Amino acid sequence: MTGPRGGRGKGSGTLLQLVRKDLLVGWHGRARLVGLSTYAVTLLLVFSFALGPDTATLHDHASAYAWVALLSASTLLLAQSFLQEVEGGALEGLLLLPVSPVALFYAKALANLLLLLVLAGVLLPLGAVLFDVSPSGPPLALAGILALGCAGLVAPGTLYAALTARVASQQVLLPVLLFPLVVPPVLASVKATALLVDGDPMGQLGAWAGLLVAFDVLYWSLCGVLFGRVLEA
Amino acid sequence: MRWTLLLGILALVALTAGHGIGLFASPPDAAMGQTVRILYLHVPSAWTAMLAFTVAAVAAVGVLWSGRPGWDALLEGSVEVGVVFCGMLLVQGSIWARPTWSVWWTWDPRLTTTAVMMMAFLGILLLRRLVDEPGRRATASAVATIVSYVDVPVVYFSVEWWSAAHQGFSSARTVDEGMRLPLWVSLLGTVLLGATLVLWRTRIAAEARRREEDAPDLPPAPPPLDLEIAP
Amino acid sequence: MPEPVVRARDLGRRFGGRWALGRVDLDLLQGERLLLMGRNGGGKTTLLRLFSTLLAPSRGTVAIFGLDPAREAYRIRRRLALLAHLPFLYEDLSGPDNLRVVARLVGRADDPAPWLARVGLDPRPDPVRTWSAGMRKRLSFARLLLQEPELALIDEPYGQLDPDGHAWVDGLLKEMASAGTTVIVASHLVDRASALCQRALLLHDGLPRWSGPSDQAPRAWTCFQERAS
Repeated sequence: MTGPRGGRGKGSGTLLQLVRKDLLVGWHGRARLVGLSTYAVTLLLVFSFALGPDTATLHDHASAYAWVALLSASTLLLAQSFLQEVEGGALEGLLLLPVSPVALFYAKALANLLLLLVLAGVLLPLGAVLFDVSPSGPPLALAGILALGCAGLVAPGTLYAALTARVASQQVLLPVLLFPLVVPPVLASVKATALLVDGDPMGQLGAWAGLLVAFDVLYWSLCGVLFGRVLEA
Repeated sequence: MRWTLLLGILALVALTAGHGIGLFASPPDAAMGQTVRILYLHVPSAWTAMLAFTVAAVAAVGVLWSGRPGWDALLEGSVEVGVVFCGMLLVQGSIWARPTWSVWWTWDPRLTTTAVMMMAFLGILLLRRLVDEPGRRATASAVATIVSYVDVPVVYFSVEWWSAAHQGFSSARTVDEGMRLPLWVSLLGTVLLGATLVLWRTRIAAEARRREEDAPDLPPAPPPLDLEIAP
Repeated sequence: MPEPVVRARDLGRRFGGRWALGRVDLDLLQGERLLLMGRNGGGKTTLLRLFSTLLAPSRGTVAIFGLDPAREAYRIRRRLALLAHLPFLYEDLSGPDNLRVVARLVGRADDPAPWLARVGLDPRPDPVRTWSAGMRKRLSFARLLLQEPELALIDEPYGQLDPDGHAWVDGLLKEMASAGTTVIVASHLVDRASALCQRALLLHDGLPRWSGPSDQAPRAWTCFQERAS
């Protein structure tokens, strides 16, 4: 039983290590991530078949289809992120190391956000091609709305995925709980994206972005506080 | 038990009086005519639903703070009653929208928020059915209740921005003189009815949990194993 | 008298309407090794989980390192490690990667090679999902050793291992003994495990049936088995 008894990782060090761990697990399970992207792209195609081939209709509602596809794929992504933890008891193992639940939440939420953004990075260009859309707004603003919108899905989503991780019918329960909750960020993201795509003559973009920021701040703090109770139970 | 019954009787009296005046003794509205009378049902239902969810949120904080099973029973009772009143609200909203706007459903911010709120809390009832261990069920539904309750104003706000058309709030102060009395009385009646139902439902939930956790006393310690008389 | 590492008074835990464990009184001093015996469902795992702070007691009290798990779980968890039925591993990661994750989180050097060598495993790059049960058990042991616990809670160390593996576990437990680690082992292999412990406790239907020095444990176990059949 020898070896240096170094100071145990704390604070931001732990957070970074946990994100690194989550991304490593995500990388090794990249086949699933590819599957998820394919699922989201298929959804876009289904929208096209259901509403097309009227190019004008598809063009007008492009941002709505993209966000609905992203929302659907995100619940699967979130559910998977806890499946890995519960399967071999890894999460319990982490709690015993010990790792603080707050660090666990923010690490998991950040990793899920990154993975969702990768997914969006695949999905949105394809959607733009399918629906014949070329953004008129600055690309940086589009990326910003994308990040804020995904962050709004991921914070409550990570909390609810942990909450339902041990429930047998998680596949059904997670979207049932999550969809009503994320109505505000979905509305705001769809509207803001549409404004960036089609132009913003009334200058409404700021208001929607503000709503997204407010929702994100509220839920990234609230869910961080509540996460510990979810894990303890 | 007796108090709850008394509350229920009071509720019935107030509801009879309020709706009696509302249906027969109050004036029709200048613009909306007779359809305005649904106001005496609709506004009180909305208040009661919102109050029930507020009680649920308080109970949720109680669950997380103290962990006492009583809070969990109150949470179950108030969420369920809140969902029922939300359902009533949606039906009434549709019935009113049909003659007024000649559609069954409109994306009015309040109606939309009610629908979203109902789905959110319905999800919590579903969660409660799917988690078997009582302690875990209490914590999980308390967390979900707080998260959903905080979301209600945000949903309302975003939906209001999103849909341009909306009606001003109806409260006892914005309506005509002759409508005030029936509105106040039926509001009192409906809130009392909601309270009665919450109390009854809470008692049932508390009893159910007691049965679930009803453990026989720990058996007495068995005599120690005697190694000497072993073969 | 020194503070016991584990102290339990009238400890009990129930799940819903069923008592899984009750009436456990125990003082375990630093460096002592305790064997938990009992049939499946006897309460061994519940007791280990209570000591690990993962479960809270329904009655009685427990103190680990003199600390109250309800308030100081974090400080207790730093000093103990649990080997449970679940391997506490990420199924998609390789063995070395699993150990690296733990090593970084507890602030150790993140070279897994020496720990893998200690449990007799090669640094294979394939995910542990594809590993045999015995190899995963060894990897879980490496994870436990990596934590360098003062108190090791070990549930069924011999499970899923071949005869060579049994001897290897014996060696590992002896190593822990000479390092002064306090150990609680739950095992069905009473003859084997009692030789490595000093004390033993027999649980049946959640209640203690016998406790004493471990050299009498095999006889107590035989008596209990005959009495019960």
